[in-house]
Amino acid sequence: MLVINDLRASIEDKEILKGVNLTVKPGEVHAIMGPNGSGKSTLSAVLTGNPAYTVTGGSVSFYGKDLLALSPEDRAHEGIFLSFQYPVEIPGVSMVNFMRTAMNEKRKYMGEEPLSAADFLKLMREKRSIVQLDNKLASRAVNEGFSGGEKKRNEIFQMAMLEPRLSILDETDSGLDIDALRIVASGVNTLKSKDNATIVITHYQRLLDYIKPDFVHVLYKGRIVMSAGPELALELEEKGYDWIKEQVDSQQ
Amino acid sequence: MNALKQYIDLYDESQALIEQQSPALLNKLRGVARERLQDAKLPRKGSEDYEATDLETVFAHDYGVNVNRLPFEADPAETFHCDVPNMSTCLYYTSNDAFHSSATAERNIGQVVVEPFSMAAVDYPELMDAYYGKLASLNDPTVALNTLLVQDGLFIYVPDGVVAERPIQLVNIFNAALDMMVQRRLLIVVGKNASIKLLACDHTQSPDYHYLNNQVVEIVAMQGSTIDYYDMEESTPLTSRVSSIYVDQHEGSNVLIDGITLVNGFTRNNFHVEVNGEHTETQLLGMTIASGEQHVDNHTFISHNAPRCHSNEMFKYVLDDNAVGAFAGKILVKPDCPRVEAYQGNRNLCGAPTAKMYTKPQLEIYTDDVMCSHGSAVGQLDEEALFYMRTRGISSSEARRLLMQAFVADIIDGVRMDALKDRLHYLVEKRFAGTLSNCAGCMAACKKK
Repeated sequence: MLVINDLRASIEDKEILKGVNLTVKPGEVHAIMGPNGSGKSTLSAVLTGNPAYTVTGGSVSFYGKDLLALSPEDRAHEGIFLSFQYPVEIPGVSMVNFMRTAMNEKRKYMGEEPLSAADFLKLMREKRSIVQLDNKLASRAVNEGFSGGEKKRNEIFQMAMLEPRLSILDETDSGLDIDALRIVASGVNTLKSKDNATIVITHYQRLLDYIKPDFVHVLYKGRIVMSAGPELALELEEKGYDWIKEQVDSQQ
Repeated sequence: MNALKQYIDLYDESQALIEQQSPALLNKLRGVARERLQDAKLPRKGSEDYEATDLETVFAHDYGVNVNRLPFEADPAETFHCDVPNMSTCLYYTSNDAFHSSATAERNIGQVVVEPFSMAAVDYPELMDAYYGKLASLNDPTVALNTLLVQDGLFIYVPDGVVAERPIQLVNIFNAALDMMVQRRLLIVVGKNASIKLLACDHTQSPDYHYLNNQVVEIVAMQGSTIDYYDMEESTPLTSRVSSIYVDQHEGSNVLIDGITLVNGFTRNNFHVEVNGEHTETQLLGMTIASGEQHVDNHTFISHNAPRCHSNEMFKYVLDDNAVGAFAGKILVKPDCPRVEAYQGNRNLCGAPTAKMYTKPQLEIYTDDVMCSHGSAVGQLDEEALFYMRTRGISSSEARRLLMQAFVADIIDGVRMDALKDRLHYLVEKRFAGTLSNCAGCMAACKKK
C-alpha cells in the first residue's frame, strides 16, 4: 500500500530525512523507534503533507498514487490518518461540527451523499464508545481544555470515525497513564483489520506490549538503519540505542 | 475643496422648504448647526481620530437630498420582508428617508411608543423637547449636518415600568433609483425600570446606486432600565454609512450595544456612552467581517462619570482581501469614581497580507481604586490548527472558514436574544461561505411576499 523510496526532507534548509526507505502492506503493524531528533516526527509530518517541511528528494506512493503530489486533505481522503503527538486545540469549533465537516468532505471526495444528522450522531455515539470518550467532550470545542489522555483518546476516536487505510500514531503513548494507554491501545487494536495498516512511532517498548508490531525499524540520523521483528524492540528496551549509534557512526 | 459646502449651499437655498416640511422642533436646532458648519471641515485621513478614514471623500460624492420629501414607492414591506425565525418582532421600516409602519406594529400597542417625529412632536411634545438633540454633539460636523438637514426621524419611548414584550425591529432600506444621502435619526427614551430590545438592520436593495446614510441615534436609559440595541449592517459596496450613537446611562441601568457589519462599502461608526449613574452595566460589542474593498471604522468612547459602574467592551474584526478595518476605543474614568470596572478588548484576524487593520486602545483614569484593562491584537489564522484540520480531510478553504467563524463566536454569543443569536450564527456562516456577498444573498433567506 505504501512505498517510501529514498525520501529526503528538510525544514528551514536543515535536512532531517536523508533517504528513508520503507514498504508497508495491508494488515501490517510497523513500529518506528529511534533516539530523539532522529526524524521520526518529521517522517509523519512529511507523509501527511505538513507545509512546514520541504521534500527535497525521493518518492512516496500510496496505492500507486503519488502521495507527495496530494494536498493534506486529499491524503486524508485517500485514507491516511495521523494521530498527533500534540493534538491542536481549536477554540470555538465544536467537535461535532469539526467531525461532521471532515466526514462529509471525505464523502464528497468519494462521490457519496453527506450523512444525515441522525446517522452522523449515531455513528459518533458508536465510535465514541471504542475509546470511552465522554459525550461531554464530544460536545465541546476540539481538544479545548482536554487532559492529555482525553486528547489522545480523541485522536483515536477521530481515527475510528474516518476509518483510514493507513494510520500513523505519533508518540501516542506520551503523556498517558497506564489506564489511558490501555484504552487507547485497545481502541487501535479494535480498529485493526487485514485491510488497514498502522505505523507506530514511539520511544518506548511500553506501547508495543499492547499494540503488537510485525516489524520494528530504527530511525537514526534521518535513515532507517535497522529493521527486524518485534524482538528488536525488546532488545532496544534492554540495551538502549548506543550500540546502534556506534555501529552506524563507525560505518560512516 | 470642502465637501460640506454643497450641503450647506443646499440648505441656504432651501431652508424655507426644509423647515416647512419638518416638525418645528427639528427646526429649532438648525440655526446652531448651521453656525457650527460655517468654518467646519470634514476630517481627512490621518487627522486625529481619523487615522485610517477619510470622510471628506465620502461626502464629496454628488448625492441627491430629498428636500421636497417626495414619496418613493408605497410600502417597503411589499418588496422586502426580513424575518428572524422564531422571533416575533414589531416591525418598522425606513425606506430611504421615509418611515413606514407595518401590520406587526400593533403588537406592542399600549406599551411602547414608536412614532415618526412628525407625530411624536404632536403626541409627546415635552419628551421630544427634553431629549431631542441633547446628547448628540454638534461639534462633530457629521452630526451637525444631520441636524441641519434632518426632516423626520423615529421616536421610541418605553414608559416607566413597562417591559416591552416583543423586540422592535427597524429595517432601513435603500432602494431609490438615484444616488442619495439620507439623514436618519433615532431618539430612544426608556423610562425607569423599563426594558426593551431593539434590532436595527441596514439593507440596500439596489446595488447600482451610491447611497450615504448619515445617521444619529440618541439613547436615554433611565434609572434601572434595560436596553439591548443591535445595529446590523448588511448593505452593498456602494453604500456608505456614518453613524453616531450616543447613550446616556442613569443609575442602575443595563445597556448593551452591539455593532455588526457583515457587508458594506464604507462605514464609520461612532459609539459614545456617558455613564452618569452608579451601579450601571454597559456592554459594548462589535463584530466586523470585511472582504473585497470594504472599509469599517469603529470609534468608541465610554466615559465613566460615576462610581461603582461596570463596562465591558469587545470588538472583533475578520479582514480579508483588501479590506481595511479601524478601531479606536477610549475609556475614561473621571475623578472620584472609585470601584469602576472597565474592560476593553479588540482582536483582529487578517486573512490576507493585503488586509489592513488599524487599532488604538486607550485608557484614561483619574481615580485610584478602579479595575481597568485594555488589550489589542492583530494576527493571522493559526497554521497548526489549519494543518490539523486538513489532516482530517477538511479542505483549506473550509478550515479557514471554520476558524474565522470560531473567532467571532463569542461576540455572537454575547447577543441576549436566542433567536437572533441563531440567526447571526447562520448569517455569519453564510457570509464566510461567500454566499452573502450582497443583500441578495440575505434575501434568499427572507420571504419575498
